[in-house]
Amino acid sequence: MRHLLSTEQLSLENAIQILDTAQEMSAVGEREIKKLPALRGRTVVNLFFEDSTRTRISFEAAAKRLSADVINFSAKGSSVSKGESLKDTAQTLEAMSADAVVIRHWASGAPAQLANSGWIDAAVINAGDGTHAHPTQALLDAFTMRAHWAKLAGTSSVGADLSGMRVIIVGDVLHSRVARSNVWLLRTLGAHVTLVAPPTLLPVGIEHWPCEVSYDLDAALEKGVDAVMMLRVQAERMNASFFPSTREYARRWGFDDSRLAKLDALNLKDTIIMHPGPMNRGLEISSAAADSPRSTVLAQVRNGVSVRMATLYLLLSGEMRQSHAPSPLPSVKDPS
Amino acid sequence: MTSSGYLIRSASLLGKETADILVRDGVIAAVGQDLSAEIVGQATVIDATNLVALPGMVDLHTHLREPGREDAETVETGTRAAALGGFTAVHAMANSSPVADTAGVVEQVYTLGRESGWVDVRPVGAVTVGLAGAQLAELGAMADSRARVRVFSDDGICVSDPVLMRRALEYVKAFDGVIAQHAQEPRLTEGAQMNEGEVSADLGLAGWPAVAEESIIARDVLLAQHVGSRLHVCHVSTAGSVEIIRWAKERGISVTAEVTPHHLLLTEELVRSYNPVYKVNPPLRADADVHALRAALADGTIDIVGTDHAPHPSEAKECEWAAAAMGMTGLETALSVVQETMIETNLMTWADFARVTSTTPAQIGQLADQGRPLEVGEPANIVLVDPAARWTVDPSAMATKGRNSPFAGLQLPGKVIATFFNGHPTVLSGMLNTPYRHGAN
Amino acid sequence: MTNSSAEYEAVQQNSAPLTVSRVVLSAGDIERALTRIAYEILESNKGSANLLLLGIPRRGYPLAQRLAAKLAASDPGIDPAAIVGQLDVTMFRDDLAQHPTRAPQRTELPVSGIDGKTVVLVDDVLYSGRTIRAALDALVDLGRPRVVRLAVLVDRGHRELPIRADHVGKNLPTSSTEKVRVRLSEIDGGSAADDQVVIEAGA
Repeated sequence: MRHLLSTEQLSLENAIQILDTAQEMSAVGEREIKKLPALRGRTVVNLFFEDSTRTRISFEAAAKRLSADVINFSAKGSSVSKGESLKDTAQTLEAMSADAVVIRHWASGAPAQLANSGWIDAAVINAGDGTHAHPTQALLDAFTMRAHWAKLAGTSSVGADLSGMRVIIVGDVLHSRVARSNVWLLRTLGAHVTLVAPPTLLPVGIEHWPCEVSYDLDAALEKGVDAVMMLRVQAERMNASFFPSTREYARRWGFDDSRLAKLDALNLKDTIIMHPGPMNRGLEISSAAADSPRSTVLAQVRNGVSVRMATLYLLLSGEMRQSHAPSPLPSVKDPS
Repeated sequence: MTSSGYLIRSASLLGKETADILVRDGVIAAVGQDLSAEIVGQATVIDATNLVALPGMVDLHTHLREPGREDAETVETGTRAAALGGFTAVHAMANSSPVADTAGVVEQVYTLGRESGWVDVRPVGAVTVGLAGAQLAELGAMADSRARVRVFSDDGICVSDPVLMRRALEYVKAFDGVIAQHAQEPRLTEGAQMNEGEVSADLGLAGWPAVAEESIIARDVLLAQHVGSRLHVCHVSTAGSVEIIRWAKERGISVTAEVTPHHLLLTEELVRSYNPVYKVNPPLRADADVHALRAALADGTIDIVGTDHAPHPSEAKECEWAAAAMGMTGLETALSVVQETMIETNLMTWADFARVTSTTPAQIGQLADQGRPLEVGEPANIVLVDPAARWTVDPSAMATKGRNSPFAGLQLPGKVIATFFNGHPTVLSGMLNTPYRHGAN
Repeated sequence: MTNSSAEYEAVQQNSAPLTVSRVVLSAGDIERALTRIAYEILESNKGSANLLLLGIPRRGYPLAQRLAAKLAASDPGIDPAAIVGQLDVTMFRDDLAQHPTRAPQRTELPVSGIDGKTVVLVDDVLYSGRTIRAALDALVDLGRPRVVRLAVLVDRGHRELPIRADHVGKNLPTSSTEKVRVRLSEIDGGSAADDQVVIEAGA
């Protein structure tokens, strides 16, 4: 593993290694001196073609806690908007000797192109690309679930996977990179995933994903669930006939107060409610649910820094770089 | 100028019997065994032992980019590529800048083609003014121009307005023209990036559903039936489209259909690389579609191969997938890809190859001098192919300006050894020779 | 480092017939060396007050535990668990960019913390001194000990930094092509009677 581009290709061994390392990193956050010298003298570039203050701050904190130098390159307000290409931007970063490029991009696949193009030599970390993948978000979600389970079981989470855990992911799966990355990672970690969405917000071709699909949130909850992950409804979907109205959406697919009460009624006392943020309170999640003790929203933010520290550390030191085998282009498939 | 002609020795005619072909004064002067005695004066002898002789290929679907996008391709570079690929005629699509929607533009392209002299360049006229889909272009003026346009297309954009499509189909009957439709329902494909299915679900790329092609084809064949017109469907890409065209032909509807070489070989799995060289419209489809297209070309449901040669400058492909231009080059690989997918698989013979790459496209485009049999008195538009040769595709070595070949690095069979255009060798020994000079020969 | 268990196991599995190895410390030798070190520590600290043993993963930690048990045996006032900790130095190493990634190990300090304490760093083999350099940096981020000392089971020489051990189980002159393998039951499994230190000739 030389880059972190998606969770689909992430092996169980690598996933556990990242989560375990993040576990140790999280201890650093509790110390008085929250800094480690591991990446001293290394340069991490946050290359953001799309605004995301939360994700950028999280990566910045992670890199700085590892003593790396951080350069924030907001490509939105720079020469890119005047037509500079991804290629030229990448080569500029290469000329500045970036050791890692954390890239957020509106186009699906841009991080993979950056990693495979030969334009740069740096490790590439996908911080969210289009509607494709957001691997560090999935890793921090898994980290949060694992910590919750370890606490319930009274065991250490180090080395553990998520086998047996039941997770439902609710909302705009079609446009969600968070859902895609979670489906593959949770599969690898052994959890059982159910996607719940209006049929209009599920991609054609979903049948081969390693998960179940349902249109009925209440029925999915009643089957028993350990974690409910609510996805954000983007404003631009609201007037594009994906659903009749936000009110109807909230009623059928929102995690509202009645569904919060339902968890109690079903005696699912340990079920957590997750959300990648930022939340549309009153739409996909009610305020009572977001603020309830079940909510892990803030823990997810906190864990994000640890997971990103682990990712940067593992990609920028030793083995993972050395064992790099460039992913070959798929050969042309001759169907004859 | 050696006007004494060329003696092609021991070529296998359409892959069948072996014979000599004597070319003189732009026509086939004789065909038979050992024609050495027939030579009058001096003739250049070309040893065609183990080579297949075919009628020069005719492409109904080429983007030459000139006027307007000379950075991507010019008539000169595009027709050099065509000659090297075994073509003797190409139809230049109308989406140039300015659009080929007036007699002036089509005559310009026609003249550029005549001056270049590598192949016959037949301009395609736009159906609607500026390809805007609002108002019919002056189809009659283009038909009456020196370019004698018979094929009309808004290719790149679908004539989606059903009333406008109906009127176009009706109107071109006045001069026996044909509408070549780019079948793509626009609302169903807004922002579309690739075939909609398992791969698009994984990659998070907006889908281009098969139904967007099939629904337009279904509508258009019914319209063609209703008004009694001729319809040509460009670059058919799905198994469902094949079914609809088969159904239409069974009902006696006058429809012809085309498939590109890349849709006969490549599938959407390649998109997993996010390499924009695989971005094309219509998109690469699934395995089952590729099989259906091959079967349809073999059984005649699909009539012809059209390259949809679409060169782009490198910056249009060295960028994010979603920002990249759609299209692939194809003139210099068409013969090899069709041999690989149709002949090596025993789905077709070389005679069938001649039908789908030359005879039928010439008939659809109404080119009297092209797609003719290899017989005495016929225009000498001939290509000699070494079917046993194998070569590795290297886009940087091509004559087209476009480097966007999806076949780069593939090893393919079949090499064009010589191309005769109006009796003049534009390609000899697999390399460009000299262009044909109109009026000089 | 030349003494990770992965390498140890690899050598065990792949040991070619030509590899020459000799045992330099037996289980009994190790036991006696630790006993002596325990006494030296008590002596130099003038008792057990404010004493803290921090083992460096992986094999330094069980050695620190063994030392603590010996201290407790000589002084019933000592709770061995309360004076042993583990100090991970992975993130402080100066060779992270060159060497295979080490997953960081847990750093665990006794609840008393390290401020004002006499901290004895415990490791199995002292070689270049770089691990100890990293350990001193790691300590600084955790607090301010009064004194820091170093105890090692084996000192094999070839120092690359001005660092020396206060307490040494055995000085072992080696060639830099040789490898020193330490086998401890807590890490490597097996019985404590099989504990040993081995020198292997380089290939």
